[in-house]
Amino acid sequence: MDTRLEKIVQVLQEKTGATFEEFRDEVHVFVDAEKIVDVLTFLRYEHDFALLSAMTAVDYWPKEDPRFHVIYQLTSLTQNLSLQLRVPVNGSQPKVPTATGVFDVANWREREIMDMFGIEFEGHPDPRRILMPQDWDGHPLRKDYPLGYEEPQFTFNFEEIDLRKPYVKE
Amino acid sequence: MSEYQLQEIPVGPYKHLVSERAISGETMILNMGPQHPSTHGVLRLVLELDGEVIVNCIPEIGYLHTGVEKNMEAKTYLKAEVMTDRLDYMNNMGNNLAYVMAVEKLVGLDVPERAQSLRVILTELQRIASHLVWLGTTALDLAAMSVFLYCFREREIILDIFELVSGQRMMVTYFRPGGVWRDVPVEFESAVRNFIKIFPKRIDEYEALLTKNPLWLDRTVGIGKLDAATALQHGVTGPTLRASGVNWDLRKARPYAGYDQYDFNVPIETKGDTYARYLVRVQELRESLKIVEQALNKLPIGPVRSENRKFVPPPRSELGTSMEALIHHFKLWTEGFPAPKASIYSAVESPRGELGVYLEGDGGPKPYRVHWRTPSFDNLSVLPKIVKGHLVADLVAILASIDIVLGDIDR
Amino acid sequence: MGVEQKLGNMGVVTTTLETAVNWARTNAMWPMLFGLACCAIEMMSAQAANYDMSRFGMELMRPSPRQSDLMIVAGRVSRKMAPVLRRLYDQMPEPKWVIAMGDCASCGGVFNNYAIVQGVDEVVPVDVYVAGCPPRPEALIHGVMTLFEKVKGEKFKDLVKA
Repeated sequence: MDTRLEKIVQVLQEKTGATFEEFRDEVHVFVDAEKIVDVLTFLRYEHDFALLSAMTAVDYWPKEDPRFHVIYQLTSLTQNLSLQLRVPVNGSQPKVPTATGVFDVANWREREIMDMFGIEFEGHPDPRRILMPQDWDGHPLRKDYPLGYEEPQFTFNFEEIDLRKPYVKE
Repeated sequence: MSEYQLQEIPVGPYKHLVSERAISGETMILNMGPQHPSTHGVLRLVLELDGEVIVNCIPEIGYLHTGVEKNMEAKTYLKAEVMTDRLDYMNNMGNNLAYVMAVEKLVGLDVPERAQSLRVILTELQRIASHLVWLGTTALDLAAMSVFLYCFREREIILDIFELVSGQRMMVTYFRPGGVWRDVPVEFESAVRNFIKIFPKRIDEYEALLTKNPLWLDRTVGIGKLDAATALQHGVTGPTLRASGVNWDLRKARPYAGYDQYDFNVPIETKGDTYARYLVRVQELRESLKIVEQALNKLPIGPVRSENRKFVPPPRSELGTSMEALIHHFKLWTEGFPAPKASIYSAVESPRGELGVYLEGDGGPKPYRVHWRTPSFDNLSVLPKIVKGHLVADLVAILASIDIVLGDIDR
Repeated sequence: MGVEQKLGNMGVVTTTLETAVNWARTNAMWPMLFGLACCAIEMMSAQAANYDMSRFGMELMRPSPRQSDLMIVAGRVSRKMAPVLRRLYDQMPEPKWVIAMGDCASCGGVFNNYAIVQGVDEVVPVDVYVAGCPPRPEALIHGVMTLFEKVKGEKFKDLVKA
């Protein structure tokens, strides 16, 4: 681990009791949901992590507690450092405070996670679906959501599928 | 009357995003897209207009949502790569590179020198092709038709090179984990040299048509100013960020695929307007060509694929003679290779900005989660801020100048 | 020197009205400027310098559905886009034709999942399917020529709606 990053992680550990893991020179810091805005503000203004490169979530269904991890990938342009924050969220009432106050880009990224995983971001200024239609049921990227596979048509089953395929009538 | 009368856009869903005057009916809500010639795809913009001046702009995306991330979870690491070409369809080689680099980082795979150089040559050619489409369509939007025809003429040369190496013009899937699909044919070098020879003059041609053209300057200078702080707040990267004066290019900052061996500049402009974004991209055309030339000059001889048979399929010629090769071939194409139960984030510089891949394995042969951090998504999110107070006609110029690809946004 | 001299004074040509109208329709067919995804770039290539589809009377891409005869569905159609696509089709004046360009528009292509309509023929009636991912500009031009063949054989009585 980079020595500069080591110091930052140490401070985070002391301040919030966060834990961390390392894999292929990438540092993942686990932060509690209620402290995430403070940690982001601290990193953004004290350590110049000016870019929220990516923000996403992972679903570990059927595990319930925590079911999701919300992931914040931060980049510091001036120090050329990267840091990943992971927020474990439970499955029954997934809620994370919004980061839109710290990074403007979080607005759309959180809407995407809301749409795709059904994680609620408390205090979000514009909580609408972003990718799917507004009246869509379910959250597609959850592991218990089916992929929606349709049987491909080949020579041997062409007619059988042709009969039930919903072709449009003019 | 028919059922398709002119309908008003209901203000209801956008109540919290528009001004008070829209609710009282003083300003007009206008729908632009998803089928509109200058939204570069199926983007829909809901505009609040005071006369012809934009008060608010609300982008509605998702009309090209393809479910790539979910679909990749259902395929093995090798098979999932075909999905990546179709994400950002102007940057197919770059998407391949981002994905194979993520896979290589996750499983810990080496890449031979020659493959790295080929990757650099082809991604830089792809960057040129992408910028050419951008330049052509932007000029078309701002009523300069001939630039469009010229740009597509040169793009065809690059697509011919891609067809030469991979057999496909656009959806190449040429880079594979551990190297490239197969070595380039002998005609490759002369084809690229031919392009290097003719292209600089062609850039001069575009510049002669646009750079000092008063009509072009009127439409672009001072339009859609974006300052560095706002850009970073919105996660803007790539040429759009560099036009605002921030020197951030992943090829320089975190060199991958051997970019540190090549001598090139990162063009920076400070004005942050539409014209600055145009200048940065045109200079990038020249810089990319420089990289292509250097990489071609020192293209090493050697294998183009890793020898690690646990991850890389053996060459076809070995299948008839070696039992082991046959087993590896069979295992790799039916079951796939397992990846560790861990996650990585790897990013490359695409023509639009930072193209990142978050890849998580679960010990099995299929990715547990793939997330694409796509540059256009974040770049577009800054649009509502920079179009305020401009005319509708300028919106077209600004939207074109941030170079969005809808496949990249909606995934 | 041309057909005039070979035939002499050609004042009257007799043909059926159907043939004349279909001939006129094929040689001035205006496609709608409507790109969805990757195939739209190849559609642009087909319009641009090297392939030049205007050789077949198709140089005018109309952005408005009200002025176009042909809809080229160039790219994948998502569930969110499908109602929009149908609405655009309904806005086009009769007679109208549809080309499903590429695998995604024809059958869903590689995207067999929740988000993509598995074949645009579930939304609008398709006349010609063009295979390829994406089809080369030549393939698109071939698709257009195939459509011309179809249009040339059309009968008025089939076009009249009951």
